[in-house]
Amino acid sequence: MSLLVIFRSILLILLIVCAIAVNLTKDLLRAVIIFMSYSSIMCLIWILMESPDLAITEAAVGAGISGTLFLVTLKKLRAEDHTEENE
Amino acid sequence: MFENLWINGEEAVAIILFGIGFTMLLFQRNLLKKLIGMNIMDTGVFLFLASMGYIEGRKAPIVTNGVLDTAAYINPVPAGLVLTGIVVSVSVTAVMLSLVIRLYKRYHTLDLDEIYVLSKHQMEDR
Amino acid sequence: MKERFFKWFYGESDPMEHILDCAEVPDESREEWKYEEHEIEREISRRVHTQSVIRAERRGFYAFYLIIAVISCLMLIGVLLFTVSQLPRYGVENPRAKEVIERYVEKGLEETGAVNIVSGMILDYRAFDTLGESHVLFTALLCVMILLRLDEKNKRTRYENYYTVLADPYYDISTDPIMRIAATITLPSIFLFGIYILLNGQISPGGGFSGGAVMGAALIIYAAAFGFTVTDRVFTYRMSRCITFLSLAFYSFAKGYVFFTGANGIPNGVPKGTPGAVLSGGLILPLDIAVGMVVACTMFGFYSLFRRGSIGGE
Repeated sequence: MSLLVIFRSILLILLIVCAIAVNLTKDLLRAVIIFMSYSSIMCLIWILMESPDLAITEAAVGAGISGTLFLVTLKKLRAEDHTEENE
Repeated sequence: MFENLWINGEEAVAIILFGIGFTMLLFQRNLLKKLIGMNIMDTGVFLFLASMGYIEGRKAPIVTNGVLDTAAYINPVPAGLVLTGIVVSVSVTAVMLSLVIRLYKRYHTLDLDEIYVLSKHQMEDR
Repeated sequence: MKERFFKWFYGESDPMEHILDCAEVPDESREEWKYEEHEIEREISRRVHTQSVIRAERRGFYAFYLIIAVISCLMLIGVLLFTVSQLPRYGVENPRAKEVIERYVEKGLEETGAVNIVSGMILDYRAFDTLGESHVLFTALLCVMILLRLDEKNKRTRYENYYTVLADPYYDISTDPIMRIAATITLPSIFLFGIYILLNGQISPGGGFSGGAVMGAALIIYAAAFGFTVTDRVFTYRMSRCITFLSLAFYSFAKGYVFFTGANGIPNGVPKGTPGAVLSGGLILPLDIAVGMVVACTMFGFYSLFRRGSIGGE
């Protein structure tokens, strides 16, 4: 059991733990933050599988842009809560 | 029957991620959690597809020192397919999120069952 | 012990709260958007009524749905795991599907001129897929614009108007000093890094999508840190339209020309250059730039439409 196999097994188990944690939280902000960390672990796995193009794209798009869009949606929904209803 | 699951570790984890995402789609009542589940399903499929191209002991597909042998690089075809898939996944997420915003403006709730009941009653009232 | 762990887990207590200084909490009791008592009661009664209606009407459906959902999830995961255990061993080359890979790897350098085999493959051998994928991005931007754009027909609500037109010091983060200083220090490097990935798509890992995504993320940080009034001077609606349309049109015409000459056996007059230089690879560098521009404009367009309902601030 070389060190690389142990490292890869730890990353894969961490991936499943993150996915189950997103499932079980009740707070939406916490779920989005765990989702962004899930995407970053995925980026590390792409590097271990010798595909650097996928790693750069996943880091920029998954953790960066997709997570940011979720956060902006949350902000807009809470903004909706504050509007007056007769407007 | 399941004796090979430890050897094909990455593909098994990809299937489990697909299953977790599918479970979130079916069992969660909040619309945003369903969207996160769909994203997890997408990444599970990408992990499965790209792990088909990995061959042990070989390097990334960038030609170095003029070595043009097939036996020195991994399979480059699945990497190209996953690259397109990642960008399509973020486009679909953006469109779904804008639909969620419009639904919230109309019904003021993120719960799918409440939206269904409210829409049915509003159709009957008309 | 268990209560203390669960209190920390659910976010009700913070172990560092006496050590770190907390930031100032924005004042939630402002007069403009404070809830009236009758509005709160009306909302609560509406929700209670809806929940009771749900429980009355759809109870049978829930039991049926739960059983079917559990059975189908377990069956799906079970069947797929059984299939995975029958697959050939991970990390071993497939001895039957080798013809396409041999052609791409061995003839890739002399036919496309790109050192990065994946980039040469998606922009030369399989350029049609990349064209379709750029159009998917463009269509997604159109759909989001149809759904979220605010003009005279769907008027801005009072909160959105206050938030986007005037500067609100509590809810607008562009007056935050941490964000401004961090953006001043790191933004030039991020932009340069994005341009570097874009231009070196054919000689090192990267390419059109990665470079475009990093540049789009840099534009988002710029708009978030310094406000939309600064980006509106450069990035107007007309410029976004022109960039996406011209990039997609250039991609279609260039690749159409190459397909036409390739199908009829005529050599196309695109020079290949020496492999390893920046200006190499025939048409790969201009197509990389076109794809990168589409991706960057689309990502920034998504952010701008979500935040304030228009791309160029009209």
